[in-house]
Amino acid sequence: MSDRTPAGTGWFAGLERGDLDGARDAIETGSADSPADWPARAVETGFADTDEEYYAALREAAIAAAGEAAAERERADDRQAIHAVRAMDDADRVANELAERVAEWAASREAEAGTGVEHCRELVEADDRVAALAERVVDLDREARELETSVERTVRSVAPNLAALAGPTLAARLLALAGGLESLARTSSSTVQVLGAEDALFAHLRGSAPSPKHGVIYTHEYVRGTHPDDRGSAARALAGKLTIAARIDHYAGDRRPDLARELDERIARIRARRDDADGDHDTDSTADERGDDDAA
Amino acid sequence: MTLPEGIASREIDGEERLATRGTAVYGEPVDGGWRAWDVRRSKLGAMLDAGMDTGLAGDDHVLYLGAASGTTASHVADFARVVYAVEFASRPMGDLVEVAESRATLVPLLKNAHNPETYAHVVEGDLDAIVQDVATRGQARVACANREFLAEDGRLLAAIKARSEDVTADPESVFDAALDELRGTYEVLDTRRLAHHADHLAVVARPR
Repeated sequence: MSDRTPAGTGWFAGLERGDLDGARDAIETGSADSPADWPARAVETGFADTDEEYYAALREAAIAAAGEAAAERERADDRQAIHAVRAMDDADRVANELAERVAEWAASREAEAGTGVEHCRELVEADDRVAALAERVVDLDREARELETSVERTVRSVAPNLAALAGPTLAARLLALAGGLESLARTSSSTVQVLGAEDALFAHLRGSAPSPKHGVIYTHEYVRGTHPDDRGSAARALAGKLTIAARIDHYAGDRRPDLARELDERIARIRARRDDADGDHDTDSTADERGDDDAA
Repeated sequence: MTLPEGIASREIDGEERLATRGTAVYGEPVDGGWRAWDVRRSKLGAMLDAGMDTGLAGDDHVLYLGAASGTTASHVADFARVVYAVEFASRPMGDLVEVAESRATLVPLLKNAHNPETYAHVVEGDLDAIVQDVATRGQARVACANREFLAEDGRLLAAIKARSEDVTADPESVFDAALDELRGTYEVLDTRRLAHHADHLAVVARPR
C-alpha cells in the first residue's frame, strides 16, 4: 500500500515513456511528502522533451489509472451485492405497482377478480391485454426471486458473518445504505441501528421528534418479533453484533459462529425480562425503564 | 471585474450566460463553439457570475478537489493549462474519465482529498488555484491540508457546504467555524452566499 516514492521523486521516476502499466501503477499506489515542479523535473530527467509531452503522458496514464481503478471498485463483490439488492427492490416495487393496475383493470370486467401477484398468475391463462400485463408481473416477480438468490450467494461470500446474523437480504441492504463493506465496517453501531431511518433521525436531531429506535434492521425477526417496549434494546443489541460481524468480515474474513450464539442469548435475555414483567401485576412501564445492564 | 481569458459572457438561447469553449458534456446548450456554463449547477460558475474576484486569469494550473462527474471541472479545463481533478467516489469517476478523454488539459485522479500525500507525486506545486467542492466533513481541514500545492499568490476557491459539516447546526455558525479554521492557514479575501446554491458559502482565500 504505502509504496512511498523516495522524497523528491515524481510518479514518472524510473519509468520508460510508453510503459503505461508502470505509469498507471505509480499513479495509483505511489505517494510523496510534498509536491514539486514535476513537469520541469520530467524534462530535466529526460522522461519528456517538453511540458506538452509530459502533460500528454501524465493525462494518458491518469485516465487509464482512474478508469481502471473505478471500474475495479464497482466490480467488487460488495458493489455487486448492492446493485443486485437494489434491482431486486425495484423489481418487487414495479411488480406490485403493476399488479395493482392489473387488479383494478380486471375488476372492471369481472366482479370476482382478486389482487396481487398471485392473482396475476391466475390471469395469465386468458388471451388479452390484461393477461399480457399480468404475465409481465409474473415475470418481474420471478426475476426478483432470481435476484434474491443472487444477492444471497454474493453476500454470503463477501460478508459471511454479517449474512449469518442479519440474513442475506438485510445484510445486502445494510451494505447498500452504508455504501459498501468497508464503510459499514467503519460505521458505529449506533449509526447501524438507525441506517435507513435517516428522515426520522434528522427530525429528532432538529428537536422535533423522538429518536428512532431502529432503521432497516426492523425487518429482522429479533427486532420485529420483540415486544414494542423492548425493541429499542433488541435493536441496540442486534446493531452491536452486526457491526462486529461487518468488521470481522472486512478486516479478518473468517467465520465466527460464536457471534450468532451470543446474539441469540442476548435477545433471549431481553425477551425474558418482558416475560418476567408480564408475570407481575402492574407491568407497563417498569420493564421499559430498566436498563440493559440490569438484565445482563 | 473582468472574466478570465477563455471565459466569456455570451448570448445563448436568448439569454446572457457565461460560456467556455469545448465539447459539450452535460447537455448544456452550445453556440458557435461556446458552451453555456450552467451557474445553477456549478458553484464556481455562480462565483464568477456573482462577480467575485477569483484571481483566475486563463491558462491557469489548477487542483480541483471534489470534481464529481466533471460538470464544473470540464469548464475549468476549457480555459486552464492543466486541471488535476481529484474525486474519491468510483461511480462519478466513470463520467469524469469520459470528460477527460475529450479534454487534453484534464488529469483525473481517483484519490481522497483528505490525503494529499497520495497524489503529491503527481500534482505539481506552485499552482494558481485550488477549486474545492468536497461534500464531506472537515472541509476546512481539506483546504488546509492541500495548501502545499498553492503558489504564494495562488487562490483557494472553495464552496463550503453547511449540511456536510452538521445538518442540525445553524449554517452561519458552521461557516464561522470553517472560516476560523481556514484563517490559521489562509487569508480570507472574500466570502459570499450564492444564488442557486442555498446552504453554501463561497470563499476566496490566499495562503498566509
